[in-house]
Amino acid sequence: MFDVLIIGGGNAALCAALMAREAGASVLLLESAPRAWRGGNSQHTRNLRCMHDAPQDVLVEAYPEEEYWQDLLRVTGGQTDEALARLVIRASGTCRDWMRRHGVHFQPSLSGALHTARTNAFFMGGGKALVNAYYRSAEKLGVVIRYDSAVERLELQEGRFVAAQLAGGERISARSCVLAAGGFESNREWLRSAWGQNEQGDWPADNFLIRGTRFNQGVLLKFMQQAGADMVGDPSQSHCVAIDARAPLYDGGICTRVDCVSLGIMLNRNAERFYDEGEDFWPKRYAIWGRLVAQQPQQIGYSIIDSKAIGRFMPPVFPGNKANTLPELARQLGLDEARFVDTIQRYNAACQAGQFDHTVLDNCHTKDLTPPKSHWALPLDTPPYYGYALRPGITFTYLGLKTNADAAVHFAGQPSPNLFVAGEMMAGNVLGKGYVAGIGMAIGTAFGRIAGSRAAQAAAAAAKGI
Amino acid sequence: MQQLTRLIDEAQHLAAGQPASLLNSAEAEVARDLQICNACRYCEGFCAVFPAMTQRLEFGQADIHYLANLCHNCGACLHACQYAPPHEFAVNIPKAMAQVRQHSYTRFAWPGALGRLYQHAGLTVALALAGGLALFLLLLQALAPSVDSGNFYDYFPHHLLAGLFGPVFGFAVLALGLGVRRFWRDISPVAADMPAVLDAGHAVATLKYLDGGHGQGCTNADDATTLWRRRFHHFTFYGFLSCFAATITATGYHYLLGLPAPYALDSLPVLLGCAGGIGLLIGPAGLLWLNLQRDPQHGDVQQRPMDRGFIALLLLTSASGLLLPFARHSHVLGSLLAVHLGVVMALFITLPYGKFAHGIFRSAALLKWAIEKRQRR
Repeated sequence: MFDVLIIGGGNAALCAALMAREAGASVLLLESAPRAWRGGNSQHTRNLRCMHDAPQDVLVEAYPEEEYWQDLLRVTGGQTDEALARLVIRASGTCRDWMRRHGVHFQPSLSGALHTARTNAFFMGGGKALVNAYYRSAEKLGVVIRYDSAVERLELQEGRFVAAQLAGGERISARSCVLAAGGFESNREWLRSAWGQNEQGDWPADNFLIRGTRFNQGVLLKFMQQAGADMVGDPSQSHCVAIDARAPLYDGGICTRVDCVSLGIMLNRNAERFYDEGEDFWPKRYAIWGRLVAQQPQQIGYSIIDSKAIGRFMPPVFPGNKANTLPELARQLGLDEARFVDTIQRYNAACQAGQFDHTVLDNCHTKDLTPPKSHWALPLDTPPYYGYALRPGITFTYLGLKTNADAAVHFAGQPSPNLFVAGEMMAGNVLGKGYVAGIGMAIGTAFGRIAGSRAAQAAAAAAKGI
Repeated sequence: MQQLTRLIDEAQHLAAGQPASLLNSAEAEVARDLQICNACRYCEGFCAVFPAMTQRLEFGQADIHYLANLCHNCGACLHACQYAPPHEFAVNIPKAMAQVRQHSYTRFAWPGALGRLYQHAGLTVALALAGGLALFLLLLQALAPSVDSGNFYDYFPHHLLAGLFGPVFGFAVLALGLGVRRFWRDISPVAADMPAVLDAGHAVATLKYLDGGHGQGCTNADDATTLWRRRFHHFTFYGFLSCFAATITATGYHYLLGLPAPYALDSLPVLLGCAGGIGLLIGPAGLLWLNLQRDPQHGDVQQRPMDRGFIALLLLTSASGLLLPFARHSHVLGSLLAVHLGVVMALFITLPYGKFAHGIFRSAALLKWAIEKRQRR
């Protein structure tokens, strides 16, 4: 029998496996994906949000605990647990040497990533390089890894983990267990029921794309919910970004983002604007557009720019529709020509002259237009014009298991002695809504490491018969 | 003129209702991959290719050839790639770049007609080796030296060797020089200044971009990093240079100092030659060993005959050369000398149309990058 069973194969699972093994436990890690797709959503990540009081290798200046906490408090609107959040924040300041020891390399902030050189340490090669390094280190240390091993259910005894049962029926017992199997965002049925049907009769979730792995089916999340574990978060809440409508159904990752929304206007299926595109800086606003598009008819939006915007945003992965006249662009996008031209003409007429500057909240805004565009409002008057069709892209879900500073799973308010949770399955404790870049990996790393240590301790205690 | 041809071609494509693309399939694949990479950029820290990529929004033919030759085929980006196969985007930068590199060598080769030899590199090496061996074995027979002095020039007179190797080596230098000049003109850089030359020289001399960006080397059989590819390249590169230096000093001794060979074991030409020979033994042997274990997803497996053919020629050169001093008083000296010279002839004659070209084209690309990154600042 193994001391510690880790269920999951992404960052949090690997951190737990490595810590448990370093503590002397024998460790089995079960990854539901085949080897080529291992790593869950971690393979699409790119950085870790780190507190630091002075410049540190790739991080410039300082990002103190308090500022980090205030950033988190703001985006979550208070839906967070301060003690757990501060635990994550402090851990983010000290975990990188350990990460390096397991083969993770860091690189300076990427070109085109705005305002992140101070707050975020980027993984060289991105999250998949990190995942590869952790697997390599885990194998070297003697962690046993099995791919294609989806766990279907757990055997629990009064809040105690006894064994896991694989989809094929195999039963695996262990002295303790860490759940780090991700959220449920790849489970389209669950998303469908969580989002429900709107007044037009659409099932909005049917038009969602999943930015990450196809393997986060939420099987264990649902099982734990039914087994009476304490939960946090709302299943209809998810991190949702407007991404290119041509993105693949799963694993589109970072490159399907379209970053020109604030440089132009956004239209719906009826060629009407529906939200202030210039409300705030793009990095602070990109994550609201997924939900906004999800609320539009047929869950589709169209970002329209003219030639003045070219070169001012990250090049998108798919070329946009391009036309020399507005009616032609409307035809290409399949939008009502007259209404499209009318919307743009009214917008153009409402743009007030100002000093355009995309790096500040400038004074280019509209007047007497509903909804307004508060900044960077330049008339769309320089052909060729470009249009990008956008769909809601789900990054992750917030529903998770309630936990404490020991990463223990709870049943009716009582912590389990040998069942722990880490990563996306508990991120909702810290991040009840909203997002700041690199927080997911910070939570996964902090709680993965805690869960691994506690699981090793629990296994040692169980082995001694305590 | 070239631009005009492109414009006409583009206009014809447009008239025919086809997308205006003048790229061949290998070039188009690089353009497609880079469009994806440029929207991701996770690999920026690995090497020079990705920072150079971010300076562009679109990838024309010249950019593609420049970036393809800047790529050192270290494989790091493939293993780190969230879009690598089996992902439907199927991004494989090392492979796409390698395929374009072969087109670069072919397209810019001088004289142009010989560029095709790159695509038949295995056959090229085989024919060159057969020809080289035949030439010297026949010469040995024809010259029929009766001496047993241990002096190489008693078998093949110095003027004969100089007369044979001089023009062949001169041609190789000329062909490579003109080829890389055509490449340089196509990737259309501005003139290089001294800091850029020094920077590029440093990147070439240290093989900076085989360090993986983190100093732990590049990948080979899988995602594990190793510095051995860099080290074996160093053995090969400096071994080659050392052998070259031995030849130059010996030529100087002969013509300037009036000191004909053979030279003592502790003389400069012999010391340089031995050091170089050992480097050329360890380096290519190691590279061959790594090449045999290489992940088939790295680079273009179809070019392995070219890679291994070149490695084999280097190995045969050094092995046969290092045997010579030991065979000095043996009855096989004449034959061994003919074999060595035949192999060296094959190596020289294929220099401008084989794997050797990668070092020259890559150096040019590194120079362009050294210029370009200064312009950005």
